[in-house]
Amino acid sequence: MSKLHHSRVPAYLDFLQSMSGLILALFIVGHILFEASILLGPDAMEKMTLFFEGYYFFGARYPIIITLLAAFIFALFILHAALAIRKIPSTYLQYKTFKTHKDRFRHEDTSLWMVQVVTGFAMFFLGSVHLYFMMVNPSKIGPYLSAQRVVEGWMWPLYLLLLFCVVLHAFVGLYRLALKWGWFEGKNYRTSRKIMKRLMRAGIAAYIVIGLASLGTYISIGLHLDETPAVKVDK
Amino acid sequence: MSDTKPRKLKINILRYDPHIKGDEPHIDTFEIEEAPGMTLFIVLNDIREHHDASLKFDFVCRAGICGSCGMLINGKPGLACSTLTSRLPDEINLAPLPFFELIGDLSIYNGKWMRGMNERLETWIHHKEKELRDIDRIEEPMDPDLAEEIYELDRCIECGCCIAGCGTIQMNENFVGAVGLNKIARYRLDPRDERTDADYYELIGDENGVFGCMTLLGCEDVCPKKLPLQSKIAYMRRQMVKTGLNNNIRKCNCLQHEEKMPEH
Ligand code: HEM
Ligand code: SF4
Ligand code: SF4
Ligand code: FES
Repeated sequence: MSKLHHSRVPAYLDFLQSMSGLILALFIVGHILFEASILLGPDAMEKMTLFFEGYYFFGARYPIIITLLAAFIFALFILHAALAIRKIPSTYLQYKTFKTHKDRFRHEDTSLWMVQVVTGFAMFFLGSVHLYFMMVNPSKIGPYLSAQRVVEGWMWPLYLLLLFCVVLHAFVGLYRLALKWGWFEGKNYRTSRKIMKRLMRAGIAAYIVIGLASLGTYISIGLHLDETPAVKVDK
Repeated sequence: MSDTKPRKLKINILRYDPHIKGDEPHIDTFEIEEAPGMTLFIVLNDIREHHDASLKFDFVCRAGICGSCGMLINGKPGLACSTLTSRLPDEINLAPLPFFELIGDLSIYNGKWMRGMNERLETWIHHKEKELRDIDRIEEPMDPDLAEEIYELDRCIECGCCIAGCGTIQMNENFVGAVGLNKIARYRLDPRDERTDADYYELIGDENGVFGCMTLLGCEDVCPKKLPLQSKIAYMRRQMVKTGLNNNIRKCNCLQHEEKMPEH
């Protein structure tokens, strides 16, 4: 059997970068949909919350489940970001070189990478704030409490930015992931790439619309909290 | 078409010869009347013949085979000899391929870089025992489909367009580029090459190799020979991750390699 002289680490790093990105992206695809349950009314969102707190399995609410889930996502998020800094231009010269290349070349997939770097960088901050809140306040999630946080807690500007960042980053990431590892190449990988590019665009459009609609709904509930019957503001 | 007046093409060429003292990069503009079936090869010769004899550019085959006429055509890497002006707007900007050593104007020394890359990746069949046998021996038969697949990758003309279209290599000049990764894929397919995946891992199993590629696909989209670069880089990436993660392949314990990172 032949021997390996080179370090194995680069193989692990590349693998983990993609795995962490994949799990995060799939999580986001689900997460934004679950949040959108508010579009079906506060009761639907309430049921969703109960579901994630294990109410339907254990007959009682365990917000600790949310904390654990958020902690797991946070850990993946940190791992993914740590791996990503290897790729983010780290000197002005590198940044400038890439930007010159991108502007001269005007090539979509090259520009999309820049989108990923910028949205990824923004998420260092936006994502951390959001994840920390969910981790430490798991019991304060629900149609009215969340709406209150969005409006009175001034979370809506952060959520608005985070929505655009995470949706762009996740779908461009999934597209790149498929090409990077040669998934779904099919008979003609060039045709598959075109289809995946279309799916990526459709995904971005759909999730931005869904996300904006649910954020809008939370804001509107938050603005009218005083008019809501007090019994509904649960603890 | 025949009754319309031919287009006037405005050709802007980025010119600079680092070997001429005091020369500064500047743009020269030439006006050329378009002819039917005109390629940039014809345009450039027209300019050299009728406008400016000092213009430097490279051509050998005029048929997209030798790989010497790569340049930036309106910002995109491509072969001048295979680019029809009818596919381009009235104003055409030409510049030398970036990254490579500049000889002057549109002429670059891509051959030098390619030679270095080929030596580094040892892009030849490694066939120890049989190399010593007599040269009259009959070659072993190869499955035609496989031969076809290898031939497909062998069509690379080392023009350097994929390198000029790669954002990764602009930030890391030690990156082997799509041309290099494609060559490794080509030898890996070839049953005559006795190298194992572990051997290839030594060559491209780091961030100067396949793990450096960020899948920007500039290479795939500009390669004038339409090589399946995207697909082959993905293939090598899968093989190399499998190799790196395979614990059955023993890590050598010679001291100088001890978990040494490739950059040092
Ligand atoms: C601090 C936050 C983050 C940063 C700095 C970041 C940065 C990056 C960068 C620079 C890349 C490109 C890597 C490459 O070219 O090899 C990338 C890839 C990716 N990211 Fe993120 N990201 C972050 C968070 C996220 C989140 C929250 C998700 C999930 C929605 C995600 C999903 C992905 C995916 C699927 C890829 C493609 C993986 C690959 O190319 O191997 N990232 N990220
Ligand atoms: S892979 Fe394509 S673009 Fe790159 S050197 Fe070969 S022929 Fe040129
Ligand atoms: S896919 Fe890889 S090799 Fe090709 S241009 Fe992008 S980074 Fe360079
Ligand atoms: S002159 Fe040979 S490839 Fe263009």
